[in-house]
Amino acid sequence: MPPSAPTKPERALSLTAKTRLFTLIVIVSNVIGNLALSHGLRNTGSLVGGPVLGYITVLFNPWVAVGVVFLIVWFLSHMTLLSWADLSYVLPVTAIGYALIALGGRVFLHESVSLVRWGGIAFIVCGVSLVGGTDPRATPEKKQL
Amino acid sequence: MKWLILAIVIVSTTFGDVLQALGMRRHGEIDDFRPDSLGRQALQAIRNPAIGGAVFAMTVAFFSFMALLSVADVSFASPATAGSYVLDTILARTLLKEHIDTRRWAGAALVAFGIFLLSR
Repeated sequence: MPPSAPTKPERALSLTAKTRLFTLIVIVSNVIGNLALSHGLRNTGSLVGGPVLGYITVLFNPWVAVGVVFLIVWFLSHMTLLSWADLSYVLPVTAIGYALIALGGRVFLHESVSLVRWGGIAFIVCGVSLVGGTDPRATPEKKQL
Repeated sequence: MKWLILAIVIVSTTFGDVLQALGMRRHGEIDDFRPDSLGRQALQAIRNPAIGGAVFAMTVAFFSFMALLSVADVSFASPATAGSYVLDTILARTLLKEHIDTRRWAGAALVAFGIFLLSR
């Protein structure tokens, strides 16, 4: 009997597995993208009030370019995740990235993290745990808008 | 000036998020991750006006965020832009008609408060 072509259920990842995978990609690409962008823009001086060309020129800074690549990955993975998960699920769950960016700013860019900011990180972690336990697709089959 | 740029980032990010969610809802669930299928789906998505609008809004958000980063620390800029967060959740409920139960509201409130503390 010839091998049959893979059926949809065979090649499809389960909802939980693909939600976890893409949530991870969204978070990691956002954190790396923001940190690289911030590092690259540190020594360029203020872009505000400068010529529009300044925004283009700065894209050739290697750190800014790396940041842009990771933010493109973030955009595409965010879009993929939103194809099955609710916006009200995706936003809180991926917000853990804010805490990671603050920690990354502390470790890699030597920015200060005060006690209040540590408190903020704790609240975010609690909120993410709470929303992370809900069904990513709680909205009954997506109404056409 | 910092706050004006922040407002532009927040509004454009919110529009980008909502249009992206709307566009992908119309597109349908992505379930096949083979490269040729992903390429086809990317081409379909580009033709979707809501996704086009999302790309435009995200481009505005990106360049204004770059301007913000050139005048502020990332540990301020990143959490401060999360003002879009509250607006996004309200629009998800009202515009996208998403079902948001108590746990999601509570989680969203905790995250929003945490982000507020982080931006101080």
